[in-house]
Amino acid sequence: MGDEAARAAIEAVWRLESTRLIAALVRIVRDVALAEDVAQDAIVAALAQWPATGIPDNPAAWLMTTAKRRAIDTFRSRARHDQAAAALARDLAETVDDDPGAGIDHVEDDVLRLMFICCHPALTSEMQTTLTLKLVAGLSAREIARAYLAPEATIAQRISRAKRTLAEAGAAIEEPSAPERAERLSTVLGVVYLLFNEGYAATEGEHWMRPALCEEAVRLGRILTALVPADPEVHGLSALMELQSSRLRARAGSDGEPILLDAQDRSRWDAARIRRGLAALARAHELAAAQDAEPGQYALQAAIAAEHARAASVDDTDWNRVALLYEQLGRLTGSPVVELNRAVALGRAQGPEAGLALLDQLEQLPSLRGYHLVPSVRGDLYERLGRGDDAAAEFDRAAAMTANASERALLQRRAIAARAQAGAAARPLGETI
Amino acid sequence: MTMIKMDETALSSETPPGVYEAMGAFAQEGRVNGTLVELGGLMPSSAGAIVSLANGRIKAVDGPFAEARELVGGYAVIDVRSREEAVELGRRLMQIHLDNWPGWEGSCEIRQIAGS
Repeated sequence: MGDEAARAAIEAVWRLESTRLIAALVRIVRDVALAEDVAQDAIVAALAQWPATGIPDNPAAWLMTTAKRRAIDTFRSRARHDQAAAALARDLAETVDDDPGAGIDHVEDDVLRLMFICCHPALTSEMQTTLTLKLVAGLSAREIARAYLAPEATIAQRISRAKRTLAEAGAAIEEPSAPERAERLSTVLGVVYLLFNEGYAATEGEHWMRPALCEEAVRLGRILTALVPADPEVHGLSALMELQSSRLRARAGSDGEPILLDAQDRSRWDAARIRRGLAALARAHELAAAQDAEPGQYALQAAIAAEHARAASVDDTDWNRVALLYEQLGRLTGSPVVELNRAVALGRAQGPEAGLALLDQLEQLPSLRGYHLVPSVRGDLYERLGRGDDAAAEFDRAAAMTANASERALLQRRAIAARAQAGAAARPLGETI
Repeated sequence: MTMIKMDETALSSETPPGVYEAMGAFAQEGRVNGTLVELGGLMPSSAGAIVSLANGRIKAVDGPFAEARELVGGYAVIDVRSREEAVELGRRLMQIHLDNWPGWEGSCEIRQIAGS
């Protein structure tokens, strides 16, 4: 094997193994930073040996054994011949062999615990998402930097600050209690969804989407369904992300400019993802029904995405059902952004006036002040009513309020189009779609 | 997508239980590192058919296909970040057969699903 090929193969092994390797090491050494260090040491050792010896039959066991040896060395050099080192040595003596499961027992619990640690409440949400990408998804600081379009140094700093914060907080590595588990699970779901959203609609910068972040979030969602198979919301989140991401290819044009739902070429939606999303949603509904529970916020959002996925076109969409689902979601979350979406759905289901009536109420809310989608939705509804000049003014307002460059460009284009519409001969109402 | 190909005519033994167990472990691992989307084994070609188009005519022929040397025995849809990761998973699928199925010979073809 050539050096380059060997390196690529070892990187691939690392990608496949790092999550459970680090997860198991965290359980054993009870220190996130140390676990990661010794795991890295093991991969360095692999880089030195595998090009000559070939990849071992069980690379995971090899890496685990090597990492544990490093951990023992570290404990010894710290002159701490304490119980941990002794226990570790005993553990190692028992498990160094080629048995596939050796030393990597409780895989599911380990990985789940690692996710809980990455989402520790002492960390900021930025640190949580970054650490999850680093430790659970196995991405390097360079790759995370590329996905976030941030300098590598910033990401590296964020990671080391996160680890320091964890150490200072004395982050509990122990098994969380049942109520703690439930609470932290919802944090984990929140972090994964945050990651997805950051990729799906970047809050700032030049790019409309960062698909790499979406892809990692979808993958993390799938991992969670394997780790916590009985929780309806876990399947709901996975369904939501599969369904939303099925549209990734259709959401941007060749120059990366955004393409809105109305204008998307639905034949470019990923059918396999839609199928998986619908299956996960069905599972979420089944589990919720079996537990006599109402659908949660992710399952409801997934149900909305499913309505779009099932419809052959915008006109074919069951907008009444979408509006109803938004109403349910609004009751559950109390989120004004959900209400804003309901205004859009109502505008489609019952006509623009119905949408505007709800929007008038929403504009009183202080929390929506400064949110660019409010004038954007208003512009859209005016446009449907044939009030081109009013629509253009709203799109201009919205463009001035967004921090995302390609979204701003889109809104400016819509303003120009609305002005052109106003300039054209007055068209009968209702024919503007 | 990975497709495991084997010589069906040379196959004298049933799939050993160890292969199923090892495949189960492989699948569980794939779910925990997020790489596995779908995994399936295929029934012998005697249970299948080939529908073909030649000279402007469509015809269906039931299996088994005596003339076929290699047949697909199983497949897995995986979601990985690089060709190397796919190859490594293919290597492990072959390792499972080597460890659990004496005398088995075959291959794992790896193809990228278009558009992904």
